[in-house]
Amino acid sequence: MEQLNLLLEGFSNALTPMNLLWVLLGALLGTAVGVLPGLGSAMAVALLLPITFSLDPTAAFIMFAGVYYGGLFGDSTSGILLNTPGNSSAIASTFEGHRMARSGLAAKALATAAMGAFIGGLLATTVVVFFAPTLVKLATAFGPAEYFALAVFAFLAISSVVSDSIVKGLVALGIGLVLAMVGVDGPSGTIRYTLGLPQLFDGISIVVITVGLLALGEVLHIASRIHRDPEAVKIKPSGRPRLHRHDIKKALPAWLRGTAFGLPFGIIPAGGSEVPTFLAYGTEKRLAKRRGDIEFGQIGSIRGVAAPEAAGNATAGTAMGALLALGLPTSATAAIMIAAFQQYGMQPGPLLFERSGPMVWTLLASLFIGLVILLVMNMQFAVLWAKLLLVPRHYLYAGITVLSVLGVYAISAALLDLWILLGVGLVGFVMRRYEIPLAPVLIAVILGPLAETELRRALTVSEGDAGILVSSGITITLYSILALTLAFTAYKHVRASKKAKEDAELINA
Amino acid sequence: MVSKRILSRSLYGVVVVAVAGLAFTNAAASGGESSARNKLVIMAPASPGGGWDGFAREAQQALKSIGAVNNVQVTNIPGAGGTIGLSQFVQMTGRHDMLMATGGVMIGAIELANSEATMKDVELVARMSDDYAVLVVPAKSDIKTLDEFIAAWKKDPGKTSIAGGSLGSIDHLLTGAVAQEVGIDPSKANYIAYSGGGEALTSMLAGTTVGGMSGYNEVADQIEAGNLRALAISSEERLPGVDVPTFKEQGVDAVMANWRGFVGAPGITEEDKQVFVDMVHEIHESEQWKDALERNNWTDSFMIGKEFEDYVDSEIEVTEQIVKGLGL
Repeated sequence: MEQLNLLLEGFSNALTPMNLLWVLLGALLGTAVGVLPGLGSAMAVALLLPITFSLDPTAAFIMFAGVYYGGLFGDSTSGILLNTPGNSSAIASTFEGHRMARSGLAAKALATAAMGAFIGGLLATTVVVFFAPTLVKLATAFGPAEYFALAVFAFLAISSVVSDSIVKGLVALGIGLVLAMVGVDGPSGTIRYTLGLPQLFDGISIVVITVGLLALGEVLHIASRIHRDPEAVKIKPSGRPRLHRHDIKKALPAWLRGTAFGLPFGIIPAGGSEVPTFLAYGTEKRLAKRRGDIEFGQIGSIRGVAAPEAAGNATAGTAMGALLALGLPTSATAAIMIAAFQQYGMQPGPLLFERSGPMVWTLLASLFIGLVILLVMNMQFAVLWAKLLLVPRHYLYAGITVLSVLGVYAISAALLDLWILLGVGLVGFVMRRYEIPLAPVLIAVILGPLAETELRRALTVSEGDAGILVSSGITITLYSILALTLAFTAYKHVRASKKAKEDAELINA
Repeated sequence: MVSKRILSRSLYGVVVVAVAGLAFTNAAASGGESSARNKLVIMAPASPGGGWDGFAREAQQALKSIGAVNNVQVTNIPGAGGTIGLSQFVQMTGRHDMLMATGGVMIGAIELANSEATMKDVELVARMSDDYAVLVVPAKSDIKTLDEFIAAWKKDPGKTSIAGGSLGSIDHLLTGAVAQEVGIDPSKANYIAYSGGGEALTSMLAGTTVGGMSGYNEVADQIEAGNLRALAISSEERLPGVDVPTFKEQGVDAVMANWRGFVGAPGITEEDKQVFVDMVHEIHESEQWKDALERNNWTDSFMIGKEFEDYVDSEIEVTEQIVKGLGL
């Protein structure tokens, strides 16, 4: 209970009217950059850094807390409304979220996302408060072999559920792997598929691919149908915008499941929040199938939005724990925040809690305050944002195009990125035309390099001995679960097809 | 009526956000013909949060606080160890209102990528600060000293894996230099490259590799907390307040600094260059910069003019040699 007292002390430091103003400012800014395609919270924190130099530490922390979580609250907004997620962490919540918006439930989807982000962040921050030292142990249990097992696990867990046609799924997966392979190969320094362009040495940014495939691809798709098929592109808001008790009852388990996926991923420095959001989405889809839920994949399921959003913010929450307790920047945003903390003489790492205890507790309290402010703000915004859909299509999608291009250009001010954006956008358009699923592309882009690099690292360390891949408790557990799941799926598949055959014979007879 | 008002309000919100976004990018990109004292752009050839980004922003802060420049912007052009930024910077011929952050990492990256643009294409202004790399082993390792590590390394270079930053980084170059120095073929060194210090650090803590090369500041706390054991540091002499012996005093002549500094665009006049030299002097003298050095644990290595040019030349030579030795 010592932590509780320290945390309360932190709250008493953080809660002043002036600080609330700072957190509001941070939250607004974070949400804004989150909503814009391509711009992430890393950019926002970098821009804010000079301003905070003149603030007292508490005010600065509380503002950072707003920005840090604000980006995650905001990034699903454009995804849900327009099928154009602002960042890769919001891809998974876009699938069902946009379906809900199409069915006229935009405001409800946004509110679900905001609640999900709140619950995920809240639980994760609580875990950090009480279990920071344990988290550290978990992070150091992960070597290359464990990462590889994790990547394989995520690959199979996700891809079997997001595609209905195996061939189309594999096509999409292939496109993703090709995109992911561009650049200098980390372990060997070999240059792959860069066409001799040095700008491609670091590979194609996941943001460019996300924005191109989802945002620009969607714009082109809408543009190609706007005169032929006016109904298909018109969204009429219907139903009640607020979350009701039965909605919450439906979404609550999904929020909690999503959080459970997100929590462990924040601590390990690979993968970011994309993997857990996809895992959460995959699980919900699987559960919906079992339950015979017809909303999922058709009119949009509230659970399909709730789980990935909670997972995304839970990851961000524990990532903050890893940053503080390990000094590990698990994301670009975290790397900048380390610089900000050092400004106030706080060196994140194993000695942080001993050296600058009071300040850490103030920061943790700030995170809680930031979350509450963001929840209140975004619940209000949900209704307002949904009205955006009343803007005539041609204005709206022209606006998206401008913002997408702007966001991508802002990452690294490179013209080449814009050409790639356009190219990927065209690919996205063609894929929509032939109904090839988009999700496997993004899964491949995220998991492909992770699996490749870690496999090679593991084998380099062991000098080619493949035994290293199954040499620890974590790897054996992951592979066992995987084998069991596959066996179970195969068994069910065989039984189902046998039954279908019998039924058919019965009808024939 | 209410919905109309909400609509116009939300539209207004979108416009504000869009304009703000435009303003951010525009402010970072536009230069104009004004003098460097009026408006200066510092290019950080790294993404926000990268080493040069922090360095550039500290300099920005120092210039602002002493009022040496009215308006200082930092712009990020990340990629390929800074060579993407460099290749753009060399095209800014005559731009007297731009500085670029640079350093040892860039020299390594130029060699590794056979970059067309090199340090010869820019005007060298100053070296500002140094970081040093340190060789560590996990605390539970049997290896207690540098000698023991080298003995194990010589016995089986393949088994003695070393984790560190990306290929061409100071961590990697130092590994090659130490190997060469103690008589191990550097191309046999089993170096496991990680894209960031954080990733390499967890791998060391997880005990994946036998040893690790890392920037001292990144692992200082882990050393102090007893999770990692430092065997040797790459500085010329022991750093004040740091209880880690150097490679040199243990008989391995490997001295390497992760230095950072500034360069100007090609084709600037002598007067323009003098303005930059005055400017780095002012940064160096400022309280704000002294603070930054202390906060980031950077060693002050201020160096300008001929001395700096000679230093860069020798660095390039050493780097070329090591990269060749590593077989890249």
